[in-house]
Amino acid sequence: MGHDETVNAMRAAAIVLGKELRAEWRTRELLHTTVVFVLMVVVLFSFTFDPTAEESRRYGPGLLWLGFLFAGALMLHPSFAREQVNDTLYALRLAPVEPFAILLGKTLANLVFLLLAELLMLPVFAVLYNVSVVPVLAPLLLVLLLGTLGMAVVGTVFSAIAAQARMRELLLPLLLLPLLTPVLIASVEATAGLLSETAQLNLTAVKMLIGFDAIFLAASYLLCEYLFEE
Amino acid sequence: MNHRAPISAEVHAALAVALLMALSGYAAFFLAPTERTMGAIQRIFYFHVPAAWTSFVAFFLVFVASVGYLASRLARWDWLGIAAAEVGLAFCTVVLVTGPIWAKPVWGIWWTWDARLTSTFVLWLLYIGYVLLRRLVADPERRAVVAAVFGIFAFLDVPIVYMSIRWWRTQHPQPVIAGGEGSGLAPEMWRVFLICWTALLALMLVLVRQRYRLEKLRQEVDSLLVEAERG
Repeated sequence: MGHDETVNAMRAAAIVLGKELRAEWRTRELLHTTVVFVLMVVVLFSFTFDPTAEESRRYGPGLLWLGFLFAGALMLHPSFAREQVNDTLYALRLAPVEPFAILLGKTLANLVFLLLAELLMLPVFAVLYNVSVVPVLAPLLLVLLLGTLGMAVVGTVFSAIAAQARMRELLLPLLLLPLLTPVLIASVEATAGLLSETAQLNLTAVKMLIGFDAIFLAASYLLCEYLFEE
Repeated sequence: MNHRAPISAEVHAALAVALLMALSGYAAFFLAPTERTMGAIQRIFYFHVPAAWTSFVAFFLVFVASVGYLASRLARWDWLGIAAAEVGLAFCTVVLVTGPIWAKPVWGIWWTWDARLTSTFVLWLLYIGYVLLRRLVADPERRAVVAAVFGIFAFLDVPIVYMSIRWWRTQHPQPVIAGGEGSGLAPEMWRVFLICWTALLALMLVLVRQRYRLEKLRQEVDSLLVEAERG
């Protein structure tokens, strides 16, 4: 890609991102349902395991990420499915831009949606599970960003894949969740490290997340043209 | 004059594999020495580990087929993809079933969230996803493309899954009855192991070949049906 093309692609990605954000802002349906969903998971967990204060601190990080992961698998589905109602993906495809720009715009939009939902959930989680997130807020935000980026990158590609299949609502989590195992493991370990008494950032986990994000960002750059062809 | 059809190469291959399988069964049960601490149950190792390695080879074939399809757009790569994925899954299932059978008497438990067990389980789930995805996309060309993209993503994920799970396991206490690995195999054991692995690899290739032919025929029938409907 030459310099001009890169600039064009970035501009196109920004336009797609803007369109996604505007569409969501009109209804805020995705955000509302996702937040309520994660909240429900957090509450149901307490019923099922009835954890003591100490246990809930130990299981909290895992529960939180499990909630985010399930929410992501549900939330990412409309990313491409809602383009199909009026066949607007066809219009996007006709636009004289790199296919990766469309994918990148959508990935960034999904990243924003998921991060927003997570940020709304974080204080609720901190209160319900009695953990103090404020002292470690900066590194925690880094972990949230890196883990969620991995979910958004793979999830957006898989949303495009699942949109072409039957039973797509069920198919997306089936494809996505096993592939995100490394993200879940690394994010939970990093979060647990931050919320423990030593409050340390596990650098291996952070490196693992960066590696995952980089590998799959590169893979989606290389493969995205196949997703949009007719 | 001989009216019978010539015996095809496939029948020869299948017969050869059957003989190899019989030989490997004999080798594992009668030629291999009995392991000192585990006893006879250790003999399952001669099928468990070769099945695991064979399934990895099959999943690697899925990756090769996926790249091959996207690069060339030839349907035969797509046939290879589904053939290798299904056969690989069968071998992976053998691994997941023989593992607990061995673990129960030796470790005292059916299952532990050990790094290799867990990675194999995730691997199995990934390729179940591949097969399911193919069933749920109707258009043959779209199916081939999205399956290839997923096949590449899944294969890229395998080493990361393995690394992350191994790292995760070392962060946590090991199970009480840990599976201590002996340092290397006795030479006679190696010989039997190699016989068994050769047999399973050959079996895998024969099965993939058959499944490939089946997929080819199936897609031919499909396109004939489409033509007949139009026609």
